[in-house]
Amino acid sequence: MSELLAREPAGIRVEGVDLSYGATRVLKDVNLEIRPGEFFAFLGPSGCGKTTLLRLIAGFNAAQRGRVLVGGKDVSALPPWKRDVGMVFQSYALWPHMTVRRNVAFGLEERRLPRAEIATRVEAALRLVGLDGMGDRRPAQLSGGQQQRVALARTVAVRPQVLLLDEPLSNLDARLRVQVRRELRDLQQSLRLTTVFVTHDQEEANTVCDRIAVMNEGAVQQVGTPMELYDHPANLFVAGFLGTANIVPGTVLREGGAAAFEVAGGTRIPLPPGLAVPEGARLMFRPQDVSLLPPGSDPAGRRLIEGEVAHREFLGASMRYGVRVGGAEVLVDVPHTGGEGHLQVGGRAALALDATRVKLLAG
Amino acid sequence: MRAAGLWSSLLALAAALLLPWYLTHDGIAAAPLAGLAWLSDPDFGPGAGQVLAQGRWWLLPALLAPAIGLLAALLPLPRPARAWFFLLAGGLGLGLLVAQGYAIGVQGWSAPWLEALFGPMEDRQFGVGWGGAMVPAALAVLFAAGLAGRGAFRGDAFTATVAVCIALAIAVFTAMPLVLLLGDAFRDAGGALAAGALFSRLADDRLWSLGCLAGAPRCGVVWNTLLLGALVGAGTTALGLAFALLVVRGRLRLGRPLRWLTVLPIVTPPFILGLGLILIFGRSGIVSLAASSWFGVELGRWIYGLPGVLLAQLFAFTPIAFLVLIGVVEGLSPTLEEASSTLRATPRDTFRTVTLPLLRPGLANAFLLGFVESMADFGNPIVLGGQFGVLATEIFFAVVGAQADAGRAATLSLVLLAMALGAFFLQRRLTARKSYVSIGGKGDAGLAPPLPAGVRRLCLAVALPWAGLTVALYVLAISGGFVEIWGRDHTPTLRHMIKAFEISGGQLTGLAWNSVITTVTLAAISAPITAALGIVSAWLFSRTRFAGRGALEFATMLTFAVPGTVIGVAYLRAFNLPPLELAGTGAIIVACFVFRNLPVGLRSGMAAMAQIDPSLDEASHTLGGGGADAFRRVVLPLLRPAIMAGLVYAFVRAMTTISAVIFLVTADTELATVFIVNRVINGDYGLAIAVAVVLIALMIVMLGLAQLIVGRRRIGRRAAVAPSIQPPGVQPGGAVA
Repeated sequence: MSELLAREPAGIRVEGVDLSYGATRVLKDVNLEIRPGEFFAFLGPSGCGKTTLLRLIAGFNAAQRGRVLVGGKDVSALPPWKRDVGMVFQSYALWPHMTVRRNVAFGLEERRLPRAEIATRVEAALRLVGLDGMGDRRPAQLSGGQQQRVALARTVAVRPQVLLLDEPLSNLDARLRVQVRRELRDLQQSLRLTTVFVTHDQEEANTVCDRIAVMNEGAVQQVGTPMELYDHPANLFVAGFLGTANIVPGTVLREGGAAAFEVAGGTRIPLPPGLAVPEGARLMFRPQDVSLLPPGSDPAGRRLIEGEVAHREFLGASMRYGVRVGGAEVLVDVPHTGGEGHLQVGGRAALALDATRVKLLAG
Repeated sequence: MRAAGLWSSLLALAAALLLPWYLTHDGIAAAPLAGLAWLSDPDFGPGAGQVLAQGRWWLLPALLAPAIGLLAALLPLPRPARAWFFLLAGGLGLGLLVAQGYAIGVQGWSAPWLEALFGPMEDRQFGVGWGGAMVPAALAVLFAAGLAGRGAFRGDAFTATVAVCIALAIAVFTAMPLVLLLGDAFRDAGGALAAGALFSRLADDRLWSLGCLAGAPRCGVVWNTLLLGALVGAGTTALGLAFALLVVRGRLRLGRPLRWLTVLPIVTPPFILGLGLILIFGRSGIVSLAASSWFGVELGRWIYGLPGVLLAQLFAFTPIAFLVLIGVVEGLSPTLEEASSTLRATPRDTFRTVTLPLLRPGLANAFLLGFVESMADFGNPIVLGGQFGVLATEIFFAVVGAQADAGRAATLSLVLLAMALGAFFLQRRLTARKSYVSIGGKGDAGLAPPLPAGVRRLCLAVALPWAGLTVALYVLAISGGFVEIWGRDHTPTLRHMIKAFEISGGQLTGLAWNSVITTVTLAAISAPITAALGIVSAWLFSRTRFAGRGALEFATMLTFAVPGTVIGVAYLRAFNLPPLELAGTGAIIVACFVFRNLPVGLRSGMAAMAQIDPSLDEASHTLGGGGADAFRRVVLPLLRPAIMAGLVYAFVRAMTTISAVIFLVTADTELATVFIVNRVINGDYGLAIAVAVVLIALMIVMLGLAQLIVGRRRIGRRAAVAPSIQPPGVQPGGAVA
């Protein structure tokens, strides 16, 4: 495997990139810094520009403005074959007319390496992905997961400066996906290869990546570790995209030093002191930051909000209630510890909100 | 970039030093001079000899430009500087060589102002030969390498070379002839520019007269052409629809044989059906004879004119409409119809309210195709037209007739071209709109509903007799080649076959040998060129992006719409004089074959390319494969079946074409189709059919071999889809497989 270690992990910088297809602006002033050796994700809904950004780094798209640096070198003007960037395609893009071994050897042959070195590196790459002995098969004779490994082996065999993965798990079934993503992570760690991973699945991004750039409508919304993004989302989009969020419209009221949030319908929620209040903000909290009590109970020190249970969903580890409060609906997760749940649809319920966990976010 | 510049410079230099600059009618090998004398000969010498020994200083760029390119490639220069040298040497060298070629012709300076500028010219030049063609071509590649070096085409020399070469080829072999020809329309009989000439010719009563409505013997040729086109378009669409519905939805076991019928028009020269009609309905046709001997009715010459041409074209082009519509009907998503029947629509209601409206764009497309095919057809009107003139034949008579009238030919070509382009644009608009067919998307389940009983009966009533008639026509046409004298003496004989293909004493003494061998040779030369150009340009247009790509692709596709007759006249006009003095050679016929069939190869190549996921070449790019490597290692191997099919198809089309090449053949380069048409015009049907049968057999063998090699049965189908402008419903996948 030492044959395949990254020579020197390279970072990627994207500076002020604007990219349009005709009148459609696909990327809007994108700035990113991906550190050497990092496992980085572009996360966002379909059409957010994440794949376009990846293909820009690979050299398949040209930006109208801005530049891309790989390992400190401006590669904006280089065609893909002059960049030292490996890419695994969503469809794997294995050449059906070549055997697995020829597929993996392709990039090494393009680099005019000596025959013996090509052979050892191909074998090492196949061993790395657990496909040794499969070199003489054709891609069509392999399962989806195996094809994916061949695509990976083909890419790491050339020891690229960075590895780009375009939704590599989306063509695998749910079980395999969990297994492969862990393998991807292990592989990346052992090769110390800077890796960019495009996905629309927040769970995938959270589990394998060091840091994530959340994208929407061609713009980077926030960059951070999975935990930072979850705990301190910069805006409503990030809050809603990572995990489930209660987003409640209303107005901020100030009475002396204390501030409160008034939900449409009149219910007021006190805000912790010192909370920043952006323009047009909405209240955001996670379903697990609320507890649900039978009506009438009154634990000390906590402000209760009365509502009606509109629906409930059993999620396995917890029961998720939808509680109608005034004009808004609040999702509440209650841990499931066995037995029938406590509240029925149509019943009254009191919500106890952990005020330290609420946030005011703009859209 | 550096390698491309180096090799192109070397090639140009070698050509300038070694290949005869001018056209030598005896070929290179036959240079009659001993030793090295030919190197400085005024007729046979290469570019270098012409400059140094003959004082033809204007050929100096042929030496200097490659030398500069070579130096720039070898010297240790920075990339941008080298690219500038390549650009300069390639561009200027090419420009100067083209300029001198047109400035100095057979009579010295070709324009008075040149003489005033440079002084009198004693010398004269004939057409360019191998050297004169090779040097500019190599300089074009050098220029392309320079462009790539400047960062155009993503810096890829291969892409640049392909783009520049295709652009030049289209400019020289399609655009220039057409422009020159259309320019003639604006000249009077003396050759002077006169815009009035165009209008007076356009206003000619022979074009626009509607006299036949008022009882005069004939109408203008434009009306004739339009009427014939509309009738053929409507007729072939209706017949084609009946066949398509039956094959796809009719629950018949006739699907396969009917599909095979569609191979027939590909392998037969287009006028064979006209010939068959003459043998049945002509003055000595079997039906006419039977009518007069049994009933005493003289049917006369009714077949010569609109009825005959219409019938022949209906027979000839119905398979094309069938092919288009079969794709459309197969592409209909059955779930749309199932949805209708779950909402309580009867099969008839579903057919009327869902199926037919969904077919409408496909029907319009098939109509336009029939219209265009009819307009461009030359073989049937020339054989059967009689007094009924259409544009294609009128152009022919304006060129070869008693009073050769280049201006009239040009004007008629202009009208025909305008009509063909009109239909082409209409069809493009039609196909550009999102076709209904793809609504269901792929992976659409569901079973196509059977045809409603009434519709099925109607289709059967129309299609089966027609299919029978078509087969009968072919059988009769072919058997005409094996009887003594059709209409008088029906004793079976091989006389005609022997007359055409006799071998006595080891000599090919048959009358047809010459033309058949010429045809096969020229078709065999043109086929690989066509296939290669088609595949390379298909790759260029579907896989690369550069400024002007759309325009180039459009220009290439446009040649589709140019009727063969127009191309023939245009080639005659453009390649009659130096520097490109190709008229009378086999080269002009090869060029005509290649550029007439290129759009077809291009289209099937692009259809095949659409089957290949672009990420397959992108993967090779990320692994370090530039344009040329991705093309050679990934695209070409995957396209192998398409290349094979393109090869066979280019060959077959070259063998059967008549409309363009009839203007270009000479006694030395007579083609089999021209031989046949001339025999038909002389009434020598037996000989004509004997040759046609051999041609058809040859092509069927070719198709069969190709299918054996490729191992697929789709070639016939794909080939027939290709000549048409791609109909919306014909899935590339279906056509290529």
